[in-house]
Amino acid sequence: MVDNKTPAPREGESLWREEFSVFQERERFVSRRQLVKFLTLTSLGMFAGNVWIVFKAWFRKPESYPREAIARAGEIPVGGVKLFRYPNPKEQCLLVRTSEDEYVAYSQKCTHLSCAVYYSREENELICPCHNGRFSIRDGAVIQGPPTRALPHVVLERQGQELIAIGMSGKLES
Amino acid sequence: MRRRTTALDGVTALVILLLMVQVWLLSATLDAFLAGHTDAALPGAVFSGMLFAATAGLYWFVRHIDRSR
Repeated sequence: MVDNKTPAPREGESLWREEFSVFQERERFVSRRQLVKFLTLTSLGMFAGNVWIVFKAWFRKPESYPREAIARAGEIPVGGVKLFRYPNPKEQCLLVRTSEDEYVAYSQKCTHLSCAVYYSREENELICPCHNGRFSIRDGAVIQGPPTRALPHVVLERQGQELIAIGMSGKLES
Repeated sequence: MRRRTTALDGVTALVILLLMVQVWLLSATLDAFLAGHTDAALPGAVFSGMLFAATAGLYWFVRHIDRSR
C-alpha cells in the first residue's frame, strides 16, 4: 500500500534529494486496490458500451431502400461483373451473373476493414485482397479469413429485362 | 496477513476473469448488432450489468479488507 510519509534522507545522499522530495518509485507504485478500482471502472465502460448498443437498437430508424434499375439482363456475360452504387452514391456494390439466368449482388465493402472485394471467376468466390477474406457467391457468407460477418446482400427483382435493386439484407445504417 | 494477501490475489484474478468475459460479450453483441441482429442487444446488456455488479462487489470487498487492517 502507499506510504505517505516522506522517507528520511539516507546518509551520504545529496542535499537536493532532501529538498526536492519526489520519489519516483512511490509515484509509480500501484496498489492492488488501485488496480481493482481501475478494472472496475473498465467494467463500467464495457457495461456502458452494451447499454449504448441497446439504445442504438431501440431507436434505430426503419430502413427504407429505393427501387433502382441497376442493369439489363444479358448486359453482362456469365461470370461477368458490373459495379453499381446502392442505396446511395457512397455505397459501391457488385452485381455478378453466376449462370445464364441467375444474378447476385453484394456490397463491395468487406465486413472486416472495408476494403473493396472482387469476384474471382476461377474460384467462384468474392475475395478481399487486403487480408485474403473470402465470401461465398451464393449467400455472401464468410468462407475464410478475418471477416466475421457476411457481406450485405442486395435484394434484386427482375422486371422484364430490367434488374432492379429493391433493398439490402444483413446491413445496419450507421 | 497471508490469508488477506491470498484473498486479494484471488479477487484480482477473479475481476480480471470477469472483465475478459465482459470484453468478449461486448465484442460479440456489437458484431451481432452490426450484422443486423438486434435480438442479442438486451440480454447482452443485462448480462454485462450483472458482471459489472459482481466486479463492483469485489472492489467493495477489497476496500473492506484494506480498511480492516
